[in-house]
Amino acid sequence: MTKRYDVIIIGAGSVGNPTAYFLSESGFKVLVIDELASSGQGQNKSAIGGVRATHSDPAKIQICLQSLDIFSGWMEKTGTNIGWKKGGYCFPVFREKEEKILKSILPIQKRHGLKIDWIDSDGIKEVVPGINEKELIGGTFSPNDGQVSPLLAAESFTNEAKKLGAQYQYHESVIDLLIDGNKGSLSVNGIKTTKGEYKADAVVNVAGAHASNICKTVGLDIPVNPDSHEAGITAPIEPFLDPLVVDIRPGAEGKTANFYFGQNLEGQIIFCYTPIKIFPGEDRRSTSEFMPIMARRMVELIPRFKNLTIRRLWRGLYPMTPDGVAVVGKPSGIEGLYLGIGTCGQGFMMGPGIGLNLASLITRGAPTIKREVFNLLSPDRDFYSKKKEALK
Amino acid sequence: MVESRIKKHPILSIDETSKYVTFTFNGQELKAKSGEMISSALFAHGIHIFGHHNKDDSPQGMFCANGQCAQCLVIADGIPVKSCITPVAEGMKVKSLDGLPELLKDDEVVKSGGNVPIVDTQVLIIGGGPAGMSAAIELGKMGVQCIICDDKQVLGGKLSLQTHNFFGSMRDCFAGTRGMDIGDNLSVLVENEKIIDVWTNSPVAGVFADGLIGVVKDGRYNLIKPERTLVTTGAREKTLAFPGCDLPGVYGAGAFQTLVNRDLIKPTDKLFIVGGGNVGLIGAYHALQAGIDVIGIVEALPQCGGYKVHLDKIKRLGIPIYTSHTVLRAEGNDHLERITISKVDNKFRPIEETEAVFEADTLLIAVGLTPVDELRKQAEKFGLKTYAAGDADIIAEASAAIISGRMAAREILLDMGFEVEVPPEWEEMIDILRSRPGPVKGLHPIPKDKEIYPVIRCTQEIPCNPCTEVCVLQSIKIKEPTIMGRPQFEGNCLGCTRCISICPGLAITLVDKRYDDTKKTARVVIPWEMPEGTIRIGEEVTTTGMEGEVIGKAKVIGKKKSKWQNRRVLVSIEIPFKDANNVAGIRTKEPLVKKNVTAVKTAVNDDVIICRCERVTKKEIVDYIKKTGTKDINAVKAALRVGMGPCGGKTCTELVMRIFRELGIDLKDIEPPIDRPFTQEVPLKTFLRGDDTQ
Repeated sequence: MTKRYDVIIIGAGSVGNPTAYFLSESGFKVLVIDELASSGQGQNKSAIGGVRATHSDPAKIQICLQSLDIFSGWMEKTGTNIGWKKGGYCFPVFREKEEKILKSILPIQKRHGLKIDWIDSDGIKEVVPGINEKELIGGTFSPNDGQVSPLLAAESFTNEAKKLGAQYQYHESVIDLLIDGNKGSLSVNGIKTTKGEYKADAVVNVAGAHASNICKTVGLDIPVNPDSHEAGITAPIEPFLDPLVVDIRPGAEGKTANFYFGQNLEGQIIFCYTPIKIFPGEDRRSTSEFMPIMARRMVELIPRFKNLTIRRLWRGLYPMTPDGVAVVGKPSGIEGLYLGIGTCGQGFMMGPGIGLNLASLITRGAPTIKREVFNLLSPDRDFYSKKKEALK
Repeated sequence: MVESRIKKHPILSIDETSKYVTFTFNGQELKAKSGEMISSALFAHGIHIFGHHNKDDSPQGMFCANGQCAQCLVIADGIPVKSCITPVAEGMKVKSLDGLPELLKDDEVVKSGGNVPIVDTQVLIIGGGPAGMSAAIELGKMGVQCIICDDKQVLGGKLSLQTHNFFGSMRDCFAGTRGMDIGDNLSVLVENEKIIDVWTNSPVAGVFADGLIGVVKDGRYNLIKPERTLVTTGAREKTLAFPGCDLPGVYGAGAFQTLVNRDLIKPTDKLFIVGGGNVGLIGAYHALQAGIDVIGIVEALPQCGGYKVHLDKIKRLGIPIYTSHTVLRAEGNDHLERITISKVDNKFRPIEETEAVFEADTLLIAVGLTPVDELRKQAEKFGLKTYAAGDADIIAEASAAIISGRMAAREILLDMGFEVEVPPEWEEMIDILRSRPGPVKGLHPIPKDKEIYPVIRCTQEIPCNPCTEVCVLQSIKIKEPTIMGRPQFEGNCLGCTRCISICPGLAITLVDKRYDDTKKTARVVIPWEMPEGTIRIGEEVTTTGMEGEVIGKAKVIGKKKSKWQNRRVLVSIEIPFKDANNVAGIRTKEPLVKKNVTAVKTAVNDDVIICRCERVTKKEIVDYIKKTGTKDINAVKAALRVGMGPCGGKTCTELVMRIFRELGIDLKDIEPPIDRPFTQEVPLKTFLRGDDTQ
């Protein structure tokens, strides 16, 4: 007999686990399906764990403010440590160009409730000990942003969701969405997997890098295409760096658009850069190019980093949309299908906020943030019209 | 402070002219031999605790002595370093690492421009041990350009630590020569091939998807772009998990050999060994040679798995062997002080009330080897043309590694289009060399009508033939079709002592019945490799039979360095005529058995550390697996940090698999861990090139 659930979630990752948690909290009977062996084993664990509401897109700001609330209150709510560290985000600035960009978005950020300010070079030196002072102008600092361990978060959201009754099935891939009706008035009412069929009133596609293919099974074309970024982590050192630091200058080596790093609660420096030339596709194997370039950028910004020890490197996928904004909500013309995809490398920080809104959309028919802000993420929007976001 | 250095050694030469440098440890001024690793210099001064872990303040010290783990971290001139691979420098200020290291506030801007060089090579050989060197020689002879990388200062791999004569075939793999000499010989042959680029002090840190391989050569990161890659990275030691296994003083036999045989450090006075395989037995022998008392060896099986000749040799020297026993726990305040062993039943479960407690300051874990294959796996996964030889491929004796290196080289040559072949006799030989020892079959008949003859106590089938090759009269033969057979003496003997001098098992004695016309006494010649001064002419010694059973007394009537083996002494003893065939060895001091038979019931925390780097216990892992029902080792990693530390799961992964198995989960259902670069930590500064070009 086909099993019935209230909601089926495709993907036990950064978005899927919080969604499962919030739906279960509302008393919904939830099934989470993932093709891998356990939760958070896809792109979730590739995240470096920075969580900021410091964006320029209002929807992202508001969703991430919710994520920050959820992450920072998690210990109190569940008694579980997910490595939350409220150290803020700091964007140090060395050139007028970046100063202009950052200062231009401060009003939007503040309007949407983000605590952020421009601070002078002395202020930056205080929050980023050892920063190279040469040409340092100042920068922005948003003290309520922070960091979380993606590994522990995936584990904990899963565990708490399970406690509330959510069921997880691993090593199971979704082949098809089960539908009623015809084109124009479709209704998704279940899924077919490599192991069987399951029925549900709602299906949530939060399948990260693979989300686009699942949409295509019902003729829905959402342009989500992964490209890859590399990252690494050092051996731990005594805590000395509070914020996650983002240097938005392109590198002199011509390969890096920007780079960022932070010290996690274990004391490890975790780091990543955005390549100028994107690497499209799903290849997640580390390349030899990354670390030498990264090392240069790190010591140029913070010379004392020369005495760090590099422990591990990896590469993760950014499910990108053409306009650089996530796709969250219910596509029109298809009942029963909800999307939380195309998070453009910010799935981890947006995950809890998206999960909260999707759960609310499913259980109460409305998101928790204002509808007009939420609609900026709409699956129905024109993905190619909007200008790209200033702070990707 | 009395230095714990080895002052005399029967095999290794002690360099009396070593230069010393001065350094400090936590403010105390100490001397180190020039070029010596920090860890060895500290051990030389009896300092075995290098710091305390940031997670639980547990004492940290030596574990792998091989740069693979990070238990030996210290702060040297402000920077955390692995003390086992960092040489002491004059004036160096070394501090123990208690908690996490602080990042040195060194804000000097460094020149960071310049690209990491990419070096092309036809063949990259990773690992300069017996397999890697043998392959390099073979490839070099054919004019193939190779780079051979090794993380140590010299080529040789673990051969450099092997002071004993090797088994195997004399013609094919240098049997009868000491391992360290084989290492030297092979490295000379490698150096002779000018086309081979030797990169010592060059740990290989990672393989990348673009086909490049990261190597830290003399502290600077390089990328090698090989056409083909041969992985000859050898083996690492398996470990055991028991309460107290993480105490300083509990470490691997390989680490012990490094301290004792490479660095001539005496790390212990009271040594206990777990594991009766060849590694454990040889470890005991090496300890005795260094003047270290071995209190005992435990082996869980009813019989030791090592070669019987090794075992007999150890027994003759009076070392107690506890078969069907296991180590229950190790205890001590900050360092090992005592161990508790107990008998086990046929399912290896400890039997109650069979416990015995021994005082010991060092416990060697010698419970087998496992291939160092993470670079190989990565290279294969990334589609590099990858080959493997030696222990990195199949665990066996070094003799097999030599042949397997040659075979891998031939395979590479064939793939490169050379007209060569892999000789079928190599294939046969390697199978023989990889054979487990066969059954014990008893002695061949001892000649009754001869006046002078060897007694060959080689009763088990093992791959070894030097005695048959050196006999001038060709009176020693193996009649079986392969060298696995037991050598047999037939015919005449000149008494030349070549066989006694070369036998790797020290299993041959010479009986000379011409010694006493009255036939009241006889002369027996016994091979001896213990430190000078342990035997004196005119002294009375205890004689033992093949397996260490006491036979009687003898008088030492002569000793001389063997003409054929310059570091083996041939001791002549006068014994009662009737004992001539039975005396196999001598004992110069009484066995040291200090056992507290009334087991002390101490209040110990019986939980066991599984992941040493991140201090994760067995109970935490078992609870997590039971709670979640997971079969994904990556989930265990994510939740508990098992395997997330500096060693990257090299030690604990197998232990976690064992826990899964104990919980009744089929190992083939377990999702394996994902290997990523780096396979060992790399200092960030190694990536920087010292110029400003962008």
